Amino acid sequence: MISRVIEWTVPSPRPLLRQPAVLAALIWLMLVTLGAGLAPLLAPEGPLAADTSRSLLPPGAGSLLGTDLFGREVSTRLLWGGRWTLGIGLLGLATAVGLGLPLGLAAGFLGGRVESVTMQLVDALLAFPGLLLAMAVVAIVGPGMASVAIAAGIAAAPAYARVARSTARELRTQPYIEAVRALGGSTRRILANHILPNAAAPLVAFAATQLGWILLNSAALDFLGLGVPLGTPEWGAMLDEGRGYLRDAPWVSAFPGLALTLTVLAANLLGDSLQKTLQTR
Amino acid sequence: MVARYVGRRLLQAAFVLWLAVTLAFLAVQLTPGDPAQALLAASGATEEEIAERRAQLGLDDPVPVQYTRYLWSLTQADLGQSWLHGRSVGQMILEQLPATAELAISATVVGSVLGIGLGVLAALRRSTWLDTAATAIAVLGLSTPTYWSGLLAILLFSLQLGWLPPTGEGDLRHLILPSLVLGFALSGSIARLVRARVTQVMEEPFVQAARARGIPSWRVILAHVLRPALPIALTVIALQFGFLLGGAVITESVFARRGLGKLAVEAILWRDLPVIRGVIVFGALAYIVVNLATDLAQVWLTPRLREEMA
Repeated sequence: MISRVIEWTVPSPRPLLRQPAVLAALIWLMLVTLGAGLAPLLAPEGPLAADTSRSLLPPGAGSLLGTDLFGREVSTRLLWGGRWTLGIGLLGLATAVGLGLPLGLAAGFLGGRVESVTMQLVDALLAFPGLLLAMAVVAIVGPGMASVAIAAGIAAAPAYARVARSTARELRTQPYIEAVRALGGSTRRILANHILPNAAAPLVAFAATQLGWILLNSAALDFLGLGVPLGTPEWGAMLDEGRGYLRDAPWVSAFPGLALTLTVLAANLLGDSLQKTLQTR
Repeated sequence: MVARYVGRRLLQAAFVLWLAVTLAFLAVQLTPGDPAQALLAASGATEEEIAERRAQLGLDDPVPVQYTRYLWSLTQADLGQSWLHGRSVGQMILEQLPATAELAISATVVGSVLGIGLGVLAALRRSTWLDTAATAIAVLGLSTPTYWSGLLAILLFSLQLGWLPPTGEGDLRHLILPSLVLGFALSGSIARLVRARVTQVMEEPFVQAARARGIPSWRVILAHVLRPALPIALTVIALQFGFLLGGAVITESVFARRGLGKLAVEAILWRDLPVIRGVIVFGALAYIVVNLATDLAQVWLTPRLREEMA
């Protein structure tokens, strides 16, 4: 079971959890996930509870992060919005990996005609600017939460397929893979038991980077008004809503943007550090 | 042989373009609903009128016929007609193109200067606080949504300081904030690759030798380090072209500018599929041409590549 040796345990120059950037990223992602998960407990009034007598209150006095035009708490909407934003991000990532991983692994491992056909298709998809591709998918499927997630995921899938292919290609010629093949292991068996576990580390690292991209672009679709319905506490949509009274109440847009930026930053830092740690090993 | 490489590269670009164009066709075919119905039913048209319109739009023909007609019209630079306005999609794109091109070009200049500057700085001062700071700025550029940095820029420079107009277009002053915001987003990935490349070049024997001979370091950097690093920067900028187009769409929306972004967003809201298809086919064409040109320029800029091919 040599091939099953988990690559993370091999000592690297600096353990991942000792890198301040990685720690900060993990803590932030944990906070966001907790906030989104516990939103019903932390802010039981819900993201739609309006109180027009408390319209556009600034942060501080009587309101943690201020209120929006309808007197809804920005802090409450941020917590609930985390559910939408993270949910869309994860659904999008699942789409990207679900499409890109099997295609890329099969292309990289099988080679030959399968590889050239798949990669030509991937190249053609990569020629479409990512956000425009996602917009086209929304145009076809129609707006909504799921379609935004799936659109961003489909737009991210070609890049994922590329990385999966190059990882599988590298592994294909490894002696232990050749050994399994010489022993008569079937293609399916090699792919599932030997290639996938060893490809896992770089693929997880790239998935983190892709999560950042998907979050950025799905929220962009919501910001453009092509995604979730009006008034949904999704961060991109909240940013869009606050645009109208930016001068009087900048906090309505500023805080969702900050939350989104920090989350994307955390995903990027995590992805970068994972990739770097794998390379230097 | 260089000629053979150029020929193969041209052929490959043509193939990718064909595939992209075909995918765009299939996507519209897969879209549920009927354009004639969608457009006319709302205005209370009768079944016959709808059927007539269908025949007019050629929607009754078998798919292969429609596909051939679509490919043929594309070779005539005809992207079809807007369902909503009944106007030529190509014409609509051409009208919006200057506004987007203006933004894209100025953002590329900002992004390249900032990205190459940060990347070189980080590589020359490796493992110092300058490197950390430059790398941090690059990651921040990659992670900050332009729809947030854009609003913050409007808030600070327009609403608070009153230096620049917040939205709209016209003179150069309207272009400054959008191109800074989009350029900053672009600079992140350029900086990272330039840093990696310059770091690599700095360790090459010829650079070490030049430094050992006592040539002032700025001359070494200009003549020996930057020159080989430039083709890489060029490639990254070309690869970021798709990002640039997408970013321009958002930036246009933030700053309420005209352009392809506004065209695409409106087309999606109205489900005007020929316009959407036109914009993404145009985007793919632009991406393919830019990257083809870059690859060919690469051969011209890098003598080693020509020798390897000979």
